[in-house]
Amino acid sequence: MAHAPRNPALVPGVSRFSRSQSYAKAALFKKKKQAAKSKAAAPAATKTKTVGGAKNGKSRAVLAAKAPRFYAAEDAPVPKVTRKTIRPVALRSSITPGTVLIVLSGKFAGKRVVFLKQLASGLLLVTGPFKVNGVPLRRINQAYVIATSTKVDLSGVKVDEKFNDDYFKRAKEGKKQATEEELFEAGKKQPTAEHRVADQKQVDKAILAAVKKTPYLKAYLNSSFSLSKGQFPHLLRF
Amino acid sequence: MVNERPHRLYAKGRVLGFTRSKRNTKEHTSLLQLEGVRTSEDTQFYLGKRVAYVYRAKRVIDGSRIRVIWGRITRPHGTSGAVRAKFRSNLPPRSFGAGVRVMLYPSRV
Repeated sequence: MAHAPRNPALVPGVSRFSRSQSYAKAALFKKKKQAAKSKAAAPAATKTKTVGGAKNGKSRAVLAAKAPRFYAAEDAPVPKVTRKTIRPVALRSSITPGTVLIVLSGKFAGKRVVFLKQLASGLLLVTGPFKVNGVPLRRINQAYVIATSTKVDLSGVKVDEKFNDDYFKRAKEGKKQATEEELFEAGKKQPTAEHRVADQKQVDKAILAAVKKTPYLKAYLNSSFSLSKGQFPHLLRF
Repeated sequence: MVNERPHRLYAKGRVLGFTRSKRNTKEHTSLLQLEGVRTSEDTQFYLGKRVAYVYRAKRVIDGSRIRVIWGRITRPHGTSGAVRAKFRSNLPPRSFGAGVRVMLYPSRV
């Protein structure tokens, strides 16, 4: 969309601002006047052509470049340039690698999980660890998570670069002709992909070792969070 | 609910009514009293949180008689811990006095 004119017409022929007002608005006086560049001699606009015929004067000046045959009746509006850019999602300051988070909604609501890193999409990469509380490597939005003051020391743990947003993308199922067997199989649970299981074990190995160093941490991760009577979240220190 | 989770992950609230003046009611905004919240400072934690008004109806939709009206807490109302909330569709008057679930998300902790 073209933006509205700076000096709109009240009625055709009468503009909103006077000449001096619009001059003030444009603030041209603030700009430094630049000395007009001496133009390089423009290429000749006309060519002389010899013309036949006795009464035609022998030669005639003809435009070098033909004028276009089509003129737009109205000025085409120039779209405004967008200066907005997508910026990475800021991670809450309470969340650092190793922070124990409480999941607030979804299948694993109430579970305590370990934060590993933030992905490019802004989602948090977390793991249960799976062996402790059954939460696999997973992505969670930080809005659905409470950061606790408990931290697992992950200083020696390196999270593989392959765990990015693409890793969690679901494989697209191509359309196939349904066979009778498949229709019966459709509702059944598919076993977890082997590489996922292997990755889970490999990641959790280092984290479990870190968890073991602190007494009761494993039991803490295994326990789930819930509010009981007389507990008010605004008074809790997580 | 048969499969109710053993853990409660929401704070409890109660619907007080709509915002109103002496003679007019504004149904687009509801007033809620949150459990354990007594001052407007206390409400700070709850601002923006999602609220669910869960109720039962006669007709079964998608295999359930339970329905939900979702809303959000917008701002404190007065200094005694009441809050204003906007729901996707205005709450029905029969919700006055009923309990609502104040979810802990979107979390800022």
